[in-house]
Order: sequence, then C-alpha cells, then structure tokens
Amino acid sequence: MKKFKYSEITPEKIYNKRRSFVKSLGFGLGSLSISSLSLINNAFANIEENKPTSFKDITTYNNYYEFGTGKSDPYLKSQNFKTKPWTIKIEGEIEKPLELSIEEILSSFPSEERILKLRCVEGWSMVIPWMGFSLSKLIKKVNLKPTAKFVEFETVYDPEQMIGQRRPILNWPYIEGLRIDEAMHPLTTVVTGLYQKELPKQNGAPLRIFIPWKYGFKSAKAIVKIKFVKRIPNTAWMNASPREYGFYSNVNPNVNHPRWSQATERPINGDIFAPRIKTLMFNGYGDDVEHLYSGMDLKKYF
Amino acid sequence: MIKYFRSSVFLLSTIPFIFITYKIFLNKLGPEPIKEITHHTGEWTLLFLIFTLAMSPLKQITNMNIWISVRRMLGLFAFFYASLHMLTYVGLDYRFDMNEISKDILTKRFIFVGFAAWLLLVPLALTSSKKMMSVLKQYWKKLHRLIYLIALLGVTHFIWLVKRDVTEPLIYLLIIILLLGFRIKFQKTS
Repeated sequence: MKKFKYSEITPEKIYNKRRSFVKSLGFGLGSLSISSLSLINNAFANIEENKPTSFKDITTYNNYYEFGTGKSDPYLKSQNFKTKPWTIKIEGEIEKPLELSIEEILSSFPSEERILKLRCVEGWSMVIPWMGFSLSKLIKKVNLKPTAKFVEFETVYDPEQMIGQRRPILNWPYIEGLRIDEAMHPLTTVVTGLYQKELPKQNGAPLRIFIPWKYGFKSAKAIVKIKFVKRIPNTAWMNASPREYGFYSNVNPNVNHPRWSQATERPINGDIFAPRIKTLMFNGYGDDVEHLYSGMDLKKYF
Repeated sequence: MIKYFRSSVFLLSTIPFIFITYKIFLNKLGPEPIKEITHHTGEWTLLFLIFTLAMSPLKQITNMNIWISVRRMLGLFAFFYASLHMLTYVGLDYRFDMNEISKDILTKRFIFVGFAAWLLLVPLALTSSKKMMSVLKQYWKKLHRLIYLIALLGVTHFIWLVKRDVTEPLIYLLIIILLLGFRIKFQKTS
C-alpha cells in the first residue's frame, strides 16, 4: 500500500514544525516510543500540534447525531449497526447512474494513509491518520454532465438502527455537499479506515467523506448516495440554522460564531494543562485550497 | 436537629466539588477535560440556584422553618460553583487572556449573560451575612430578589450555548418558572 507522504497531506508549516520537534528530542520517527522517554514524549506531545490523536480519543469522542447528541453516544450506540451489505448510489447529473457495493469501491480504489487535521466547529481539533483515496478518482469514473455544479452526500436513514434519528434533532437524512471544484480537489478524501484499520462504526463506517479545510460537520458519514446536482444543496446544518452554518463552512478564524471561538481551538488529548492553539485559515491547508475561493468574500460566503 | 440538618446539607453540597477534584487528580475527565470541568461546575451552579429558590416554597408546603435555615448556605454554594465555573473559563481555558475574554463577552451573547449572572451574584454573596441583613433592612429583601433574575440569566446562558438539543436547559427553565410562579401565587394569597 502506498503511503501518502506527510508533506503532501499535512499543512507544510505544521509538518516542518513536526520535523524540528522530532529532531529536537534527538531521535527519529522510528524510535518515538522508547519507553523510558515516554513521559517526556507525552509532555512534549501536548504542545505538538501534529501528533496524531490517540486511537481511543478518535473513536470515543465523536459528533454523529444519528447515534445521539452526546460525545460518547456514537461509540456506545453504533456497535450493532450493520454496514454489510452496503451499496452506494451514484446518480443525478451524470451520463449513467450506477450502484456500487462497498466491496467494489474498496477494490477499485486502493486506500492510502492520509494524516489530516479535523477541526470541529465547536472549537476542538484532532489529527487523524485516515485511510482513503481522493474523491476525484471516483468522479473521473462517472461521466459528469456539464450541468453538474454541486455534489450532494446523503447519509443512510435507518431509525431502527440509528436511535438518534428517532428524534427530529436534524432534518434526516443528513445531507452535505460541495461545489464540484471542491469535490475534485485531491484533498477531498473518501475515507475507508483509520489507523491502518477498517473504519470504526462511530467514525462513519463503511464509507464517509473528509474535507480537511472545512469544519467537521461538512464531512458526511455512512454515505449511501452521492448525487450530482445543478443547484446548491440544502445541507443539514445550514437547514437547521442558516445564520450559524453556511454552505462553505471553511475553517476561518476571522468569521465569528455566536457560540464558539473560531480564533483558537483545543487539540483533543485529555490534558488539562494543554493550551489552546491558534486556528489557521483553511485549517492550515490554505496553500492547497485558497485558489478555489479567489475573489470570493469569505465573510459573506462563510 | 437543625444543627445536624445544616451540617448534612453542607457536606452534601461539597460532593460535586470533591467529585470533580477526584476526577482531575485521577485523570478521569476524558478527551476534553476543561470542557468537562466547565460543564460540571455550570450545571451545579444552576442546580444550587434552584435548591436555593426551592427553600421558601418547601417551607410553605411543609409548614417547617428548617428549610430557611439552609437557604443562605445553598445560595453561597451557588456562588461558589459559579465562581469555579468562571475561573475555569477565565483561567484554565483562556489563561487569563483578557483580550480574548473581553472579545468573547462582547460578541457571544451566551457568555455575556453568563458573565452578567455571575456579576449579579457578587453583591448577593457579599451581603449574605446577618449583619448585612440588619444594615440593609428592607432593601436587603429587594436586593436578594435578584436571585430570580440570576437564575433566568443562568438558564438563558445554557439555552444559548447548546448547539441543537435544548431538552436539558428547558427542563431547568421549567423548574425555575414553576418556582417563580409559586412565589407570585403565594404572595397574592397571603
């Protein structure tokens, strides 16, 4: 399996910092877990923004309202969720609509490791070693009509299994979407796993999307339909509160939110003394994605 | 009897503090510990405000004066947990970064009302002694009616902070409205 180079995926500034951090401790990547140094390592880890968040935190601290609004609900209430068999419909403004099984997708598009940063709109962040591939690879396989301007991702609707869907917390099923050029960007990732393992159910198994420069809620989970459309999709959170959540929802420290500070964020690591860190424009992926928004007023199109 | 009742109420009221201290020292707060502490102290502030407001209705219902003997203590505990809540936000979360904090107070309405509620609690805590009661005379009662406003501000703080699921703060609001309604009704009939 091809491993994605850190520098390709991780924001360069953070990547460089990481290297100097590793050097400063005097040992290479391969020997990070020398046990006698683990305490020192942990102490430094708290200020080290780009150290991957622990598997435990990534898989027990989630926002996935289909399984409940508590942070541990997805972990606690998704374990019996059936992800096999699973098919994904691809339809809308394309030449030939099709249905793919999860097995077909996994075998046609090999996954690679991509260490990407997740910034939640609630002001916390994680660094996650995802497994996945660029959505653009899948889109290139279907022939888009010129009328396809946006793409819509639809999460499964199954209140029998997803107890959170029994209450109208959001307008189910969960819909998210991107502009076509955003969807074609190589950083827009179809996620199939994390930490070199199969994707846990609480993280959106069997298949989810991940857009690292946007707030986490843009990255829909347990996708059953990918639909290409002419008009801007009516996405779940925009529908719930248009004043607070825009269609673009790019990570932007300059756009204030009525509830959470977007200027800073708290890296998830369970350390009571870990300081907040500054939130970067486009979550640190600005060099890669800012051209998508040239000439746009991002305070208006937040 | 009253003595034992008061010491038991005191000990019970320290349990939420002991509980969170225990969790801090044994590292049992989970992935976002500061948020845990903030929510824990915030919820207990609201609960103690409700306990304080419930004492006078309890006196009316049971015809026992014993409830009034712990009312001031419960109010002071509400102030204690509210101050811990504030300190967690100001000190632990924002490291006394007054620039960021004042920006938050002015741009985020839930922080504005929360801060206002805490500020209004300060004069109540300062004038809670028997001595201050006799100094202020009839004004004392008027001043301390602020507790209803504080409770409403506190619950508004909670409602405005919740992202989507407002069930829990609405339960608090309902209880506070019931307590307020009881007071209004009682004043009319007496």
